[in-house]
This record gives sequence, C-alpha cells and structure tokens, in this order.
Amino acid sequence: MVPVPSNAIIPERDIDKTPILETHHLGIDFGGLTAVDEFSLTVGRTEIAGLIGPNGAGKTTVFNLLTNVYQPTRGDIILDGRTTARKTAAQVSRMGIARTFQNIRLFSEMSVIDNVKVGLHNSINQSLAASITHLFGYGKSEKKSRDEALELLDFFNMADLAEHQAGSLPYGEQRRLEIARALATHPCIILLDEPAAGMNPSETTELMENIRRIRDNFHIAVMLIEHDMNLVMNICEGICVLDHGKVIAKGSPEEIKSNPAVIEAYLGRKKEAAEDAEG
Amino acid sequence: MTFISNLINGISLGSVYAIIALGYTMVYGIAKMLNFAHGDVIMVGAYISFCATTYLNLPPVVSVLLAMAVCTVLGVVIEGLAYKPLRKASSLAVLITAIGVSYFLQNVALLIWGSAPKTFSSIVPLDSIALFGGKLIITVESIVTVVACILIMILLTLFTKKTRMGKGMRAVSEDKDAAELMGINVNVSISVTFAIGSALAAIAGVLLCSAYPVLVPTTGSMPGIKAFTAAVFGGIGSIPGAMVGGILLGIIEIFSKSYISTALSDAIVFAVLIVVLLVKPTGILGKKIMEKV
Repeated sequence: MVPVPSNAIIPERDIDKTPILETHHLGIDFGGLTAVDEFSLTVGRTEIAGLIGPNGAGKTTVFNLLTNVYQPTRGDIILDGRTTARKTAAQVSRMGIARTFQNIRLFSEMSVIDNVKVGLHNSINQSLAASITHLFGYGKSEKKSRDEALELLDFFNMADLAEHQAGSLPYGEQRRLEIARALATHPCIILLDEPAAGMNPSETTELMENIRRIRDNFHIAVMLIEHDMNLVMNICEGICVLDHGKVIAKGSPEEIKSNPAVIEAYLGRKKEAAEDAEG
Repeated sequence: MTFISNLINGISLGSVYAIIALGYTMVYGIAKMLNFAHGDVIMVGAYISFCATTYLNLPPVVSVLLAMAVCTVLGVVIEGLAYKPLRKASSLAVLITAIGVSYFLQNVALLIWGSAPKTFSSIVPLDSIALFGGKLIITVESIVTVVACILIMILLTLFTKKTRMGKGMRAVSEDKDAAELMGINVNVSISVTFAIGSALAAIAGVLLCSAYPVLVPTTGSMPGIKAFTAAVFGGIGSIPGAMVGGILLGIIEIFSKSYISTALSDAIVFAVLIVVLLVKPTGILGKKIMEKV
C-alpha cells in the first residue's frame, strides 16, 4: 500500500482555518462494483484543489457524490461544518456547492442572462409560498437579479452576449457561461469538471487566469477535475490522485510529480511496460 | 356566410382544445409524463361550476373561480398522491396510473352526481350577436372562449419567460438534473405545473359546457383525448404548439362536420394527426430531440 499523506493543506491566507469541505471514508457501490472507496479529503476555504487520475478512476463519481446526485453508500460529507447526508441535490446546492459538467449542460433554449438568473433566483430558499409571494414584489427583485446577472457576465467579459440564446454560443463561451451560472448560486465551493476540455492553449491560459480570479474575487474554494497537467500543476495548491476509485496520493504539485505511485498509475509499472514492449 | 360561421365555431372549439392542450403540454414538458386524467379534471371543473350556480346561486364568475380553486387543489393532490411516488418508476407505470386516476375521477363523479345528464347553463347568459341582417350569428360564448384563450396564452408566456418560478420551470423542462444542481426544487416546479394546468382545465370545462351544455361524468374524456391529439399535433412540450394544434384541430373538426360528414368528423381529425406525424414526427412546432450517440 502507498502511504497517503493525511494532513490537509490549508492555505496561509485563510483566516478561518476550518476546511470548507471534508469527506470521511466516502464510498459508493453500484450493484457489486465499488466505484469509489475510502475517499477522504479536506479542502481549505480558498484553496484551489485538483482531482486527477486516469480515465475511469471515479473522478466524476466523486463530484456526483459531493453534489448529492448520488447518495454515498458509506462515509460522510461535511460542507462548511454541516453534513449533507439525506439532503437533495437542490438543498446541497443551496448549502453552498456549485458545479459545472464534463459535457456542457446549459439551458440551451434560454438566453444567456436567463441561465444566470436561474442560478441567482434559487440561491435563496425557494418554497412554494415564497415563489407565489415573489410574484407580487416582481419589479424590484427582477431589477436586482438582472443587475447581478450582468455583473457576473461582465466578470467573464460576456455582458454583451446577455440576450443571445445560450445554445448558439461558441464552445468556449458556453464553458464560461456554465461557470458564471454556477457562481450565480453564491457557492462557497465550486466544482469544475474538466473545464479545459476541448480548449486550445491560449483559451486554457485564459481559463487558468479566470480560475484564479474566481478564487480571489469571490473568496471561494475551487476544486477541479482536469487532464491537462500543465493547468493542474500551475494553479492547484493541493492535488488528490484517484485510481480505481481509491486515493493513491495527496499533496502539493511537487509532491505529486515525484510520487512513484502516481507515475505508476499513469504510465504503468516499469516491468509491465517492459513486457508490453516485448509483446 | 356559412364558411365564416364555421370558421368562427372552429376557432372557438379549437380555443377550448388549446386551453386543455396547454395542461397536457406543460405537464409533459416538465414531468415528461402524459397525464391522461387531465380530461377528467375538466369534467370536475364543470360540475363544480354547475353546482355553484345551480345549488348555491353564486354568480357565474364566482363559480368559475371556485371551479379553478377546486381543480388546482385536485391537480396538486393527484400529482402528490399518484404520480410523485412514481417519479423514478418507468414511464409506462406512470401512464397506467394516469389512466387509473382518470377512471377513478369518472366513477367518483358518477357516485356524487349520478349518470343522468345535467343541463349546464351558460356562464354568459347574453343573446347571440346577429350580423349582416341575421345571416351571420356569433354566440357570445365563442367570443368569450377565444378571448379567454388569447389572454391565457399571453399570461402563460409572460409567466414562463419573466418570472422566477417560470424560468425555474423552463430550466427543469430542459435539464432536470442540472436544474436541481442550481438549487431548483423540482418537486415544487412540478406541483406548480399541475396547479396551473388544472386551473386551466377548470376554465376549459366551463367554456366547453357553456357551448355544449350536456354534463355527464364522461364529458371530459373525448375533449381530453382530442386536446392531447392537439398537443401532439402542435408539438408536445411546446406552449405555442398547443395553441396552434388546438385551434387547427377545432377548425378541421367543424369543417369536416359541416362539409363532409358528422359521423366521420372524429375519424378525419385523427387521420389528419396521423398524416402530420408521418410527415413531421415532432409535430408542427415541436423541437427536434437531440440524442447523444
């Protein structure tokens, strides 16, 4: 077994040293198959954390567990000191977790600004009674949410696209809009599932810049799944490596780069590689 | 003149279909289910309005509001008791449940109001308007129906486009899971959809029985099926589609009744549906469903 460092990296700049997100021995089985097991992690309040691993390692499953799309078979998730057990995905979203998807899932028939507004509207508690009474104070709150939505779009240089149909935007802008929509729910941690997928190097550089700006402006934690190692090693402060549903390494980018278990997971064992070469 | 009078009757009947079809299409759009009990909610609405005017001597407008209130509650209760527990079940199970709810409502109505037809008195007891020296007669009911239909359409469009609840509902209909991760309570959205659809069904019931004043427990089923046809015809899931589908269906029905054959009119209506679906399977204004391969 590989020794797993257990100490959480809480960045120096965080005044509140308690983690924003903790998982304890998280696991999920699908039928007889264990997709994720013994997943324990802590993320600091303004940390940029990376979740990497080979294809099929269970990274997106972890995101689905964290957002309660899947209910874990074992273990707990503590978001800002509160457990998310027995909550619906909508309730967890209101507790302060937001995400984007590997394959973009915008409301493509709606306008750009309406996508953001959907995120904004529901960041406050939405009960049936509240929705009905809201109809009466319509004008005031509508103006407020419009201003805030435009501000968010402006953050991503997209304010001029507000009235466009979301589905008609170019790919890179759809990715940015998805992040803007997630930020609209006022999260304390945002999960990005392969944000750089399909991007060219200059777009990736811009994305890295944006991820740092998100952290600095909104003072939130960012956790990302990414295959682009350049991006991960550049911006992540803490990295967690997953293979076959298990954490095989945790640590700073330098520690991860030189970790033999990680190299093995990505490149295979030396002996196997030699055998492959022979065969 | 007969042509114009047929056209007006067709648009008026079509408006009723359109109002009912809105209920089908909205529920389908959000919950991805066909609520075959929707037609019977129309019948309940008509009976409530009938009782309110006949037994309680309430003014027609109040009776309509009462019918809407009762149907709204009924719609939400049906959804909560019969469909909500099946949210994760197969769509076939939900469909059969909906048919069960439909028979349940019809038989409860039979128990309460009996099988003898009730004569529904029009909610707009005004004389018809005669134009061109009596050659063209327009009933006040048909004017009220068309106006109600247009008003409902405008209000509903504003609601879904402009309000927070409406935007949430559109988000749910596009991507339920993503909407939930935006903090939208999907169950609330579905309940509100049923509430709106059922309130519209009550209005449709009253308008329908004002034009065709015989009220029996199965009154709602045929208009219900035709409105469902209209929703599919226009493109199920699309609000303007329900409108276009409903009105076209009403016009086709009245024209075939008057120029071809009364007995065959329903057959013609459904034949047109089959032809449209063969040519354009998504309906007139239906969206193409993108499937990931």
